[in-house]
Amino acid sequence: MEPFTRHTGVAAPLLKANIDTDAIIPSREMRRVSRHGLAEGLFANWRYADAGARRPDPTFLLNQSAYAGASILLGGANFGCGSSREHAVWALAEFGMRVVVAPSFGAIFQKNCIANGLLPAVVAEGEVNALARWVESDPARHRLTVDLVETTIHAGTGKTPFAIAEAHRFRLIEGLDPIRYTLERADEIAEFERERFAAHPWVRLPEGA
Amino acid sequence: MPRTLFDKLWDSHRIASDESGEDLLYVDRVCLHERTGGIALESLEARGLPVRQPGQAFCTMDHVVDTRPGRGDRTSIPGGEAFIARTRRGARAFGIRTFDIGDAEQGISHVVSAEQGIALPGLSLVCPDSHTCTLGALGALALGVGTTEAEHALATSTLWLARPASRAVVVDGVLDSGASAKDLALHLIAEHGADGAEGAAVEFRGSAVRALDVESRMTLCNMAVEFAAATALIAPDAKVFDYVMGRAHAPPELPLDDWRRLRSDDGARFERTIRIDAAAVDARVTWGTSPAQGAGVTGRVPAPRDGDAQRALDYAGLSPGDLLSEVPVDAAFIGSCTNARLSDLRRAAAVLRNRRVAPGVAAICVPASTPVKRAAEAEGLDRIFRDAGFEWRESGCSLCFYAGGEGFAPGQRVISTTNRNFEGRQGPGVRSHLASPAVVAASAIRGRISTPGML
Ligand code: SF4
Repeated sequence: MEPFTRHTGVAAPLLKANIDTDAIIPSREMRRVSRHGLAEGLFANWRYADAGARRPDPTFLLNQSAYAGASILLGGANFGCGSSREHAVWALAEFGMRVVVAPSFGAIFQKNCIANGLLPAVVAEGEVNALARWVESDPARHRLTVDLVETTIHAGTGKTPFAIAEAHRFRLIEGLDPIRYTLERADEIAEFERERFAAHPWVRLPEGA
Repeated sequence: MPRTLFDKLWDSHRIASDESGEDLLYVDRVCLHERTGGIALESLEARGLPVRQPGQAFCTMDHVVDTRPGRGDRTSIPGGEAFIARTRRGARAFGIRTFDIGDAEQGISHVVSAEQGIALPGLSLVCPDSHTCTLGALGALALGVGTTEAEHALATSTLWLARPASRAVVVDGVLDSGASAKDLALHLIAEHGADGAEGAAVEFRGSAVRALDVESRMTLCNMAVEFAAATALIAPDAKVFDYVMGRAHAPPELPLDDWRRLRSDDGARFERTIRIDAAAVDARVTWGTSPAQGAGVTGRVPAPRDGDAQRALDYAGLSPGDLLSEVPVDAAFIGSCTNARLSDLRRAAAVLRNRRVAPGVAAICVPASTPVKRAAEAEGLDRIFRDAGFEWRESGCSLCFYAGGEGFAPGQRVISTTNRNFEGRQGPGVRSHLASPAVVAASAIRGRISTPGML
């Protein structure tokens, strides 16, 4: 995974609360058994006036030239709630998003972000709104810089701190492969398991049950 | 120090902690389904990694499979056959027990996990599906995860997670006979918001929760993710031990001494406690595009409090002040991991008996599992549904979500026992109204949103 330290980009404000993963990627857009090929389906219900014919809806922010190439999304509270589908994160990442800034996130979505190098930055609602106002006044030029080392968002001369769990920050900065990282503790896991099975034999199911 | 039930479960699975604040938890069971599981299996294969404990992993075919009678691998979902075939192949290659199409035990993952004794009190279980929290009703530490995390759990039997806070929702008093666990859940979410739990683990407590049967407890816990809970829990009691006894993967002798300790200690501290008077819960229905946007069936559509609510009303085609019981429905759906177990079908059948669905209403019942379907047929419930004008289907997720295949038409209004009324959840432009099985059945009969008492 690509390590994340600092990113500058065009930000798009989509401030509705409770933007669920069905809205981020409708299930019908998950056509293949794959992590790829999902960007086209991102926000399909809002982005296209006719999703079948892929006719863009000009009123949708990400279709407007001022927000072309947006790589930071400003969202409302409980962003990414709903279905656990990791496709929501894969679609955002493939579209080019590197950061989502919101007052709070759906818990599974937030973890899926970390697993895929997308930064979920928690910022209080009033401050997300302030960032959005600044961006909207000149979207193409008013770029945001998100610094994960300092956990701050730079908007022109202004600085907004954001929150992220230390474990998540560490994983993103290191670009860790989670399975490899965990398997370094294989012995510890096996030891725990031995003790658990010995104390509670019923927990263990026979192989190929 | 007195501990909460959640903390006890957490502590008993904690292998290690990392300096940055996450714990490494041992995962006792992994459950997969063909919508998200196939990708996890293939990606493990591609990396040449084994499934660490294939005997502790299970797979169901539920999301993509067709539910029309006489089904095979063909499904109306575009590309659906590949999800089925590749998940099946991956599960086989790793030796994972699969509840496949045609299997006598097939059904919706969270329902199968309970029925087959895969989820048990005191176990940790992960599944790449957000409604995994359903199984907290049995006293299991049940966690919904993404695909990459499921892959991690398969490869390592573990999961990294920061410990969420414990919160309590205490429901005291007695639920009205016209109100069910679904109504209680919708009431709670409407009162406290779709992000009401703020990522905490929620333990449902109180006399009204203890009074619920096990299946109703699953309905309540199922809806916890719509409340932004990390997971839900109910302390297992004699009802749960009876429920679990004799299930295929349950131990022949239940470790009751251990299981009886699975309760929050007296004096355990919850970060927050919400109290609900069960008597205040009535038969409910949602009017908007969030499970939090709901009211009593006898109530009216409220004035929008913000732009989001206005947008929801526009989508739903409703206006403030509209009487909900006058809203006509085009379709009625009884199905899903929320509300299609045997007791749900019995409650709906009690309303449907000797009645007919209103003209023009498409009515569909999809049992939550093949064993539920079999049991319902043994009681003659299928006849009652069919005689009333309902379609009677094979088990699966079916019309709970839309994936480009079978669905309702744009603009259609569906009264549904499912858990999500999001925009487009049941099809582009489809208006979903969440309610209990009794309310869905009554609405199908009257052709308008109704309680059984209105018939
Ligand atoms: S029935 Fe619906 S909510 Fe339940 S697992 Fe299937 S798609 Fe998800």
